[in-house]
Amino acid sequence: MDIKYAAAATFSSASDLYDAAGKIREAGYTKWECFSPIPVHGLDGQMGYSRSKVPCFTLGGGVTGFFTGMLIVWFMNAFDYPLIVGGKPYFSPIYPFPVFYELTILFAAFGTLFGMFFLNRLPRHNHPVFEHPNFGKTGDDQYMIVIEVEDPKFDDDDTQDFLRNVGGDDVQIIREPID
Amino acid sequence: MTEVQEAESPEIMEKVNPAPWKEVPLVLNNRSFGWVTDKICGVVESKTPTWWWWCFIMAMSIASFTGLGLLYLVSTGVGVWGNNNPVNWGWAIVNFVFWIGIGHAGTLISAVLCLLKQKWRTSINRASEAMTVFAVLCAGIFPLFHVGRVWFAWWLFPLPNANAIWPQFRSPLEWDVFAVSTYATVSVLFWYMGMIPDMAVLRDRAKETWRKYFYGFFAMGWRNANNHWRNFEMAYLLLAGLSTPLVLSVHTIVSFDFAVANLPGWHTTIFPPYFVAGAIFSGFGMVLTLLLPVRAVYGLHDLITQKHIDNMCKITLATGSLVGYAYAMEFFIAWYGANSYEGFAFINRAFGNYWWSYWIMVSCNVICPQLFWFKKIRENTPLVWIISIFVNVGMWFERFVIANTTLSRDFLPSSWGYYSPTVVDIFTFFGTFGFFSVLFLLFLRFLPLMPMCEVKSVMPQADPHGGERH
Repeated sequence: MDIKYAAAATFSSASDLYDAAGKIREAGYTKWECFSPIPVHGLDGQMGYSRSKVPCFTLGGGVTGFFTGMLIVWFMNAFDYPLIVGGKPYFSPIYPFPVFYELTILFAAFGTLFGMFFLNRLPRHNHPVFEHPNFGKTGDDQYMIVIEVEDPKFDDDDTQDFLRNVGGDDVQIIREPID
Repeated sequence: MTEVQEAESPEIMEKVNPAPWKEVPLVLNNRSFGWVTDKICGVVESKTPTWWWWCFIMAMSIASFTGLGLLYLVSTGVGVWGNNNPVNWGWAIVNFVFWIGIGHAGTLISAVLCLLKQKWRTSINRASEAMTVFAVLCAGIFPLFHVGRVWFAWWLFPLPNANAIWPQFRSPLEWDVFAVSTYATVSVLFWYMGMIPDMAVLRDRAKETWRKYFYGFFAMGWRNANNHWRNFEMAYLLLAGLSTPLVLSVHTIVSFDFAVANLPGWHTTIFPPYFVAGAIFSGFGMVLTLLLPVRAVYGLHDLITQKHIDNMCKITLATGSLVGYAYAMEFFIAWYGANSYEGFAFINRAFGNYWWSYWIMVSCNVICPQLFWFKKIRENTPLVWIISIFVNVGMWFERFVIANTTLSRDFLPSSWGYYSPTVVDIFTFFGTFGFFSVLFLLFLRFLPLMPMCEVKSVMPQADPHGGERH
């Protein structure tokens, strides 16, 4: 048994994909995606995507890291076991600054990586789009556009014709096996 | 009259066309995307070459020297190294700073050059980042075992010891623990994140089951979707932006290990920039040492072109000259500062008990890279490789000179001493080259040695606007 997931069309160049993406957005489709071996310059705007939200996670990580650094230095050297070393204060934002600095970067980097994973909904090792027989070529030199069945504008024949009209080759339906 | 007017008002052009600018392509011979994929994946997917096995066996044998050295150290006890009083740091700190410095070029290539939009970095950044990670691992061995009783190495970390005392944060050595462990972690994150799309390509091409699982696991289900790329590019840019201040801070903090101490020859404000320049210099030396043979063995001449080698040579030249400037400035300040101890420390560096190491350092670091001014030399790949080895040697000696000349000639002549490494020191250090090579060979064998998606995106086919400038 299988169910219909989407209609897919392949394109042979970045500029074909770019032009087609503009037409699909103008036609009012909402649940669709472009697949390409490289990040195509300007395709985000063409698809109507807003700016990525990853920086929010980076900022969150960075702020957490900075204050974690402050907290551990204060807790260890001023609160839990105060120790006089070199006549310096138990806690100061100045002398252990390298520690805050490094932890800011460390946590911000984790925030960035995990933010990217979260926003991309990864890890996800199975996905209906992998059922396309030539999906692997999108990592090599093929470009592909997939319009999902769940899109309100989706129509079996019309959408496939539309994909052909915008320059797509090898238009086919991706089916997701279920058992 | 009319003739004069005509002469004074020359013809005005309707539109000024910019002069044609001949850009050297980054990928030669008009290669296709498919060629790039096959070339890079082919390195990993083809049968293990015989030379690889020979190199691997040799590297393992060399690595065993570190194993033996450390085994002897731990089983016998501290004292088998040549460290003495007053030279308490000996080779351990020299080797540590040397390896950490090597790593810096990898981060420079992947992060700083990314922020500066230097497109030529794409074909060399993956291997350089790998070099960074492996060099930091080699560096970590030395402070870990220098603590003497290695089973107490966890005291470095912010954990209370048996008396419930915590590490104290006034010491640059403690800052260094944070700097180096952050550096190692962030380098791994950056390296891994860049590899995700390439892992997906390898996953989709994989035929054997183990490959499907191995690359599939690390690809995390990457789908080349534009939404993925959008977040990936942003995350990549942010990690580059985070790694740049990080790489500058790491060697700055390493230099604090010296500069915060009140010792002549160490206690100078020039140390942070001077150490960072030296680190990048040594790192580029190592990148050239590694990549020139890789390029020859795998026939990557269309991807690592003469332009790449030229650029790397020029950065080596620039940073080598910066380092030379720092050496001169140290001497000048020692004289200008009119501190007799500082003055003695520098005269002693150049003409004292370790004079030979000082002059090895100057000839390798200052004089040798000046050859890169000449195009003929930059185009002579074997010679570039030899000079890169000299850079590595010179930078090791730089750390040796800094650490040992100052420590062996203290304020009081009664406490002066002389440091010589023991066989155990030599074994341990020599073996790290094997350890490093083992890791690098495994990297070549199992991981994509160039970021395919990044190489493709600097090729003309990647431009969705058909080559129009905007």
